[in-house]
Amino acid sequence: MGVVLALALGSAAQAADVMKMAVTTSFHNSGLADVLLPEIQTDLDLEVQLLVVGTGQALKLGRAGDVDAILVHSRAAEEAFVEEGFGTHRREIMYNDFVVIGPASDPAQIGTAESAVDSLQKIAAVEATFVSRGDDSGTHKKELNLWGNAGLDAEGFGKWYNAVGAGMGAALNTAAGMDAYILSDRASWLNFGNKGDLALLYSGDPVLFNQYAFLPVNPERHGHVKNDLAMKLEGWLTSDKAKGLIDTYKIGGETLFVFNAAQVQAVAAQ
Amino acid sequence: MVDLWSGLVQAFWLVATLDSELVEIAMRSLRVSLSALGIASIIAMPLAALLAVKRFRWRRFVIAVLNALMGLPPVVVGLVVYVFLSRSGPLGVFGLLFTPTAMVIAQVIIVVPLIASISHQALRDLWEEYHDLLISLNVTQWQKIHTLLWDARRALLTAALAGFGRAIGEVGAIMVVGGNIDHATRVLTTAIALETGKGDFALALALGFVLIALAISVSLTIHWLSRTEREAKW
Repeated sequence: MGVVLALALGSAAQAADVMKMAVTTSFHNSGLADVLLPEIQTDLDLEVQLLVVGTGQALKLGRAGDVDAILVHSRAAEEAFVEEGFGTHRREIMYNDFVVIGPASDPAQIGTAESAVDSLQKIAAVEATFVSRGDDSGTHKKELNLWGNAGLDAEGFGKWYNAVGAGMGAALNTAAGMDAYILSDRASWLNFGNKGDLALLYSGDPVLFNQYAFLPVNPERHGHVKNDLAMKLEGWLTSDKAKGLIDTYKIGGETLFVFNAAQVQAVAAQ
Repeated sequence: MVDLWSGLVQAFWLVATLDSELVEIAMRSLRVSLSALGIASIIAMPLAALLAVKRFRWRRFVIAVLNALMGLPPVVVGLVVYVFLSRSGPLGVFGLLFTPTAMVIAQVIIVVPLIASISHQALRDLWEEYHDLLISLNVTQWQKIHTLLWDARRALLTAALAGFGRAIGEVGAIMVVGGNIDHATRVLTTAIALETGKGDFALALALGFVLIALAISVSLTIHWLSRTEREAKW
């Protein structure tokens, strides 16, 4: 019945090759995909279908074999993914950075913070309203990590700490409504349309760098995954052409991503 | 309020210029929800008629469950369908996950209890009227069902439209099983969720107005085609 339905609905794709890749909301919100995907389509005759989810769900989709590759930013979780045999390897592609957003009046005075950790300590000290993603995403994990570095435990925070359990855009909407502080990736923030009274208050600490990596799903685990297409895509993503496109991508005159893929394949093909 | 107004203006221009992306996702919304409606009606209406004419031990229980399932949370339906269609699930070999077909399956499950419950209500009342006549004519079970379905067609139309309304406005299930993939499984509701996430409320509202307009025109078309509310016809 499924086959008949599929035919009846005419859901056949047009491109010669089609693969599915799970990416994080922050990557998709940056708009970079809209620049890269058409180029990939022309260069490789490959249609990359994006599933835009949080890092947690992206890894889950990869584990189940429902996508052919994932592009995420949570190093520890990625390494575990490869170690458990769900991915063939992890290839770093590029990085962008996280920024601390808050009400323009800056009640916690984090504009003068010396480091990212210092900025969070200032927010906690005055118990200024803070919105957390709370959805086990890469951004959420980064935020928890930073609280840890600040010697604080997010579990024990009072009412000023709001874990909303939502994607970056939805969390930013909530922060705008509550006039709250929030940790965001720079791309989502720049592309966000409902800024309200919020402003970018702190950025630049190297601990805020956000490394994106590409992980093909292991065909030994899931025989149906299109590993050859994933490898073709990896080759393109680490090429000089991708480097040029990524390094020159700007929103409002600001560069967002820095390409840092090692351009020699470090992992031997099987 | 500014967003509301600019949403209206944007909706007008999107429709007036027949924006190609809008047309694409609107057509996909229609295709998915109308397919789901068709399949669900074929399942639900005969089921409702059967429940009206047939007496069996668990009848009351089945009807109660069907009524309760009208409130099925779409996200849960989506997750269950996801687990079944996932590559590591029992139906994974068909590779249906993240296709419009998966979205149709999820919507059928959501809509069947709704159409069956509303249809059953109407058919039961009609059955009360017809019972003695049909029994005295000694017709078969199938003939009873056929007569009931045909004579209650106006009420069934309402049931179908309620089902369509639930399907076209639904976002939780199709987001999970469709994945909101651009040019593959993106429909109006998932696009609205996406634009809301981006904070582009005006565009999200514009798409919302288009969705409402679409639902109204489908309803009007069906009413017009089935010639309801005409003179001397109630």
